[in-house]
Amino acid sequence: MGWLGPTRLHGLFAVYKPPGLHWKHLRDTVEFQLLKGLNSQKQYTPQEHIRFLLGPIEGSEGKELTLTATSVPVLSEHPLVRGPKYKSMKVGVGHRLDIKSSGVLVLGVGHGNKLLTDIYNAHLTKDYTVRGLLGKATDDFSDEGRLIEKTTYDHVTPEKLSRILAVIQGSHQKALVMYSNLDLKTQEAYEMAVKGLIRPMDKSPMLITGIRCLQFAPPEFLLEIQCMHETQQLLRRLVHEIGLELKSAAICTQVRRTRDGVFTLEDALLRTQWDMHSIQKSIQKAAPRIEAELEKCQTVALCPRDPVGQPVY
Amino acid sequence: MALSAQQIPKWFYSTKIRNFITVTQIRNQLGRPRKTTLRELLALPQQSSGNFFYWGFKNYRTSSLWNSSQAPSSTRQENISTQDTHPSSLNEVQLKTEATNFDSQVLLEELEDVPPISPLQQISEEDAVQIIAEPPLPPASFTLQDYVDRSETLQKLVLLGVNLSKLEKRPGAGTLLLRLDFKNDIQKILLFLKDIGVEDNQLGAFLTKNYIILAEDLENLKTRVAYLESKKFSKTDISRMVVNAPYLLSFPVDRLDNRLGFFQKELGLNVQKTRDLVIRLPRLLTGSLEPVKENMKVYQLQLGFKHNEIQHMVTRIPKILTASKRKLTETFDYVHNVMSIPHYIIVKFPQVFNSKLLKIKERHSFLTYLGRAQYDPQKPNYISLDKLVSIPDEVFCKEVAKASLQDFEMFLKTL
Repeated sequence: MGWLGPTRLHGLFAVYKPPGLHWKHLRDTVEFQLLKGLNSQKQYTPQEHIRFLLGPIEGSEGKELTLTATSVPVLSEHPLVRGPKYKSMKVGVGHRLDIKSSGVLVLGVGHGNKLLTDIYNAHLTKDYTVRGLLGKATDDFSDEGRLIEKTTYDHVTPEKLSRILAVIQGSHQKALVMYSNLDLKTQEAYEMAVKGLIRPMDKSPMLITGIRCLQFAPPEFLLEIQCMHETQQLLRRLVHEIGLELKSAAICTQVRRTRDGVFTLEDALLRTQWDMHSIQKSIQKAAPRIEAELEKCQTVALCPRDPVGQPVY
Repeated sequence: MALSAQQIPKWFYSTKIRNFITVTQIRNQLGRPRKTTLRELLALPQQSSGNFFYWGFKNYRTSSLWNSSQAPSSTRQENISTQDTHPSSLNEVQLKTEATNFDSQVLLEELEDVPPISPLQQISEEDAVQIIAEPPLPPASFTLQDYVDRSETLQKLVLLGVNLSKLEKRPGAGTLLLRLDFKNDIQKILLFLKDIGVEDNQLGAFLTKNYIILAEDLENLKTRVAYLESKKFSKTDISRMVVNAPYLLSFPVDRLDNRLGFFQKELGLNVQKTRDLVIRLPRLLTGSLEPVKENMKVYQLQLGFKHNEIQHMVTRIPKILTASKRKLTETFDYVHNVMSIPHYIIVKFPQVFNSKLLKIKERHSFLTYLGRAQYDPQKPNYISLDKLVSIPDEVFCKEVAKASLQDFEMFLKTL
C-alpha cells in the first residue's frame, strides 16, 4: 500500500496458524482485520464547496438577479457515497503450512512482501515438533487416512529410536554439504563448516539439519526436527519411514512449526490478536532482527559457489 | 404529434444532452407543470445493464422556467443559457424569470431542425447572469458519486443513512434511485414505514438492504401489513420483524401464507409457538426453504434427534434451522464422539451448533489438559455446554478453567 499516514503497515510478522484452518483463509482474515482497522481510523469531516448561486437581491429598482457566493455542503465525499477508503491490501504468505498442521506462519504486509522474497532466498532453517503414534500405518501417513496395517511396537526402545535418528541426521549432513556446492578445501569453507553455517543456498530436496527425540512414551513419541526446503507431508512421510525402520509402523498425529527463520512461538500472534494494533507492534518488534539476519545471509552468500559443483578459485 | 422516445434521432442525444428533454416532459408541460412521476419514467425504455446505469435525460430540468408553466426550448442559445441542468428533484433554486412562450408546433419544428446559436451573439445582462456553467453530468456512470450533488433524492437518502456505495453495486439499483422522486414517491413509503414502527435511525440500514420497497405500491404494502395483523402479530412484533428481515414486506401475501404454513407443518408446533419463532427469526420467512428442509432431514436421520427434541431445540435457538449442513455435522461429530456428550444434554444446549468448531475444540482440549473436562451433570465439577461455548475468553479462563489467560494462550500455541 502507499503512504498510510500515521499508521505504517509495512513489514513482516508471524501468526500462529491453528490446525484445521487453510492458510489462504487465514491470510484473508488478517487482510480483512487490517482493512477494518484502517478504515475505522479517519473520521469524516463534511466538505463544502463554494458555489455561485442565483438569488434575488433587493436592488434600487426592485428585485434583481445576481450571483452570490455561498458555501454549499457537498456529499460526494461522504463515506456512505464513496465507500470505504481502503478496499484491499497486499498481504503475502511466507512458507506455507497445510491444513492439518499448525504453528508459526510468517506474513508480509505492503513493502514487507519484498522482504518475503529475501527471506526465501536466505534459506533459513525451520523447527518442527512432530508427534508420532506407533502401531498403525495409513495411506497418507496421518491419523485421518485409510488404515493399511496394524503392528506391534513392544520391541521398540528409546535406544533404537535414537540410533535411527542419528543415522538419519548423518545422511542428511552429507547431503547438506553436497547440495551447498562448497569446496571444503578452501579456508573460508572450513571456517564456515566449523561454525555450522553450511547450507544450500538454492533449490535442494528436504534436508534435515537436526533431529532428536524429546519424549518417548509408547505408543506415542515426540520428535524435534530442524530442517529446510521441507513440506509437512514430507515430515509425515519421515515419521512413517522411522516406523518402518523400527520394524513397526507409525503415523504422524501432529506437525507443529515452532520456529520459521527468525520468528519463534513468542512472536506468533494468536487468533484473538489479529487486529491492526497488535500486528503493527509485532512488525516493529521483529524488524531489527530480520535486518540483522538478512545482512548475515548476504555475507554467507558472498562465499564463492559454483552451481555445477566444481570448485571455484 | 408527439414523437415517441425511440424516434428521436440519436445525434440529438449526443449534442443536445444538457438541454434535451423527453417528449413526455414536453407533453407534460403542455398540460401542467409538474415533476415527472415514477410511472412515466419507468414506462420509458430501460437501459440499465448490470451496474452500469444511465442517468437518462428524464430528470434534466430547467429549474428557472418551471415555475412558469411554459415549456423550455432546446434550440435557442439564450434559452439554453437560461436553463440550468439541475435534475428535477433539485428545487432549491426557485427563480422567477421571464418566461418565453412557445407553441408546441414551434417546439416540434425546432426538435427536427436545430440551428445552434453563435456564442458571439449579444445577450442581455440578466441572461448572462443566469448562465450556469456546471460541469456536465455524465449520461452513464458506474457510481452514484457523480450524481449525488445534483440530485435531491440522493442527498436526502444519504442523510437518512442509506449506503449508496453498496447500492450502486447492485444491478438496477442506481438507475431506480435516480429516477425516483423524493417528494412524490419515496416520502410516502418512508412515512408508511415510520407508521409501522421503523425508527429513523433504522431506516438507513433498512433501505440499504431492501431498496426495492421504494418502488412498491403503497396499497400492496398496506394489505401485507393488514394480513400480518390478521394473523395476530402485534404492532411491535411487526416492526421488529420488518427491521430484522427487510425483505418481508416485499413478499406477496400468499407467499407469506405459504411460508407460515410450511413452518407450522414441518415443525409441528402450535400457532403461538410458530408465531414466536417467526418473530425471533423473521429471516425464516424471507430466506429459501431448501436449507431448512435439508437441515430437518439432517437432524432427524443423520444426527438422530427425535422430533420433540428438534422442536425443543428450535424454539430455544431458531438459528439452527439455517446453519450450514457441513458445519452441523462436523460440530455434532466432535461434540458427540470426541467429547462424549449424549443427545439429551445437547438438546438442552443447542447453542453448540451456533458456535465455531475451532473454539469448541480449543476450549475442550484445554479443559482435558487441565483435567476439568467434566460434562456429566450427575458428577461434581460439572461444566455445562453453554458455559463452554457462549462466554468470552477471560471469563471462561477465570471461572470455568480456573487458570489465567496467559496459560490458555500458551496452551493454544501447543495445539
